[in-house]
Amino acid sequence: MIFLQLFITFFQIGLFGFGGGYAMLSMIQSDVVSNHHWLTAGQFTDIVAISQMTPGPIGINSATYVGYTAVVNAGYPVWAGILGSLMATFSVILPSLILMIIISRFLMKFRNHPVVEDVFTGLRPAVVGLLAAAALLLCTADNFSSPDTNAWQFWISIALFAFTYIGQQTYKMNPILLILMCGAAGFLLL
Amino acid sequence: MWQLFTTFFRIGLFTIGGGYAMIPLIEQKVVDEKHWLSRQELMDLMAVAQSCPGVFAVNIGIFIGYKLRKTPGALACTIGTALPSFVIILAIALFFQQFRHYSAVESIFRGIRPAVVALIAAPVFRMAKTARICRYNVWIPVVSALAIWLLGFSPVYVVILAGLGGYTYGQLMK
Repeated sequence: MIFLQLFITFFQIGLFGFGGGYAMLSMIQSDVVSNHHWLTAGQFTDIVAISQMTPGPIGINSATYVGYTAVVNAGYPVWAGILGSLMATFSVILPSLILMIIISRFLMKFRNHPVVEDVFTGLRPAVVGLLAAAALLLCTADNFSSPDTNAWQFWISIALFAFTYIGQQTYKMNPILLILMCGAAGFLLL
Repeated sequence: MWQLFTTFFRIGLFTIGGGYAMIPLIEQKVVDEKHWLSRQELMDLMAVAQSCPGVFAVNIGIFIGYKLRKTPGALACTIGTALPSFVIILAIALFFQQFRHYSAVESIFRGIRPAVVALIAAPVFRMAKTARICRYNVWIPVVSALAIWLLGFSPVYVVILAGLGGYTYGQLMK
């Protein structure tokens, strides 16, 4: 029964989760914590933190974690929990898979249609803005600390930001290498 | 097919802090190295993936996979993107619920987070070139960014408005 509920809940989240991982998190919270009581608010906060700290899209991370925790909290054994995390992850992806395949097929067919070209003429400059906004929204004390709370961490963060930006922009360094180097710097300095 | 899977497995493994963080990785791997897509196609795809529901990173993977190898390709990319997260999170849920309280883990991520922000900022000007931003249309990205950043607009609305704007402009020019 809980598997069916997991499927329905996460299918809905995948289907109506517009606007990326953070928008999905609020849907997950209202469904999983407030409606179904699968997790406590504290457990949910842990999931958010873990999702942000581990690699992978936040939507997938939280679905996997909630699927496991919900089933185990309901008193089932560990193997059922693993099944639950599989179920939640699969359900959150399924709507995207169906929709994106339909849209891809449509776009590939009408790529050169004048109306589609007009629409994309408006979209392309906006995407530049979207990307800029994504970067600006992440310039927070959560990510950089601040001169008042922790000046050492703040200036190191600024230095790592500059190092990564220049490494990517000017020297075309591999992004994965840059992430690993900054992780090592964090381990040693912060 | 195996290449699609391993490429997106790597992308999934190093996408930290949300879907946009994977853009520079995709740019480097898929556009510059493998030439599976042009930079302009990637931008179009970002607009589409952003206005569709679901996980941004997965949407992008599905589209690229489908373009190259139809449905099996889409599946290979999806599984590739999702698998690293799935395994890591499951391991954390099973074995170390206390994961985020280890001080070494916290230090490493304090170093990684500013880098992720820089990696998202870096493609902005490259993308601006591809979108042929000039002084006549530079207001579009500026207004979009400010509306999302300062006014809290949803990117979905920005995409819809920009698409409608492009369509209307095209009709008026006829």
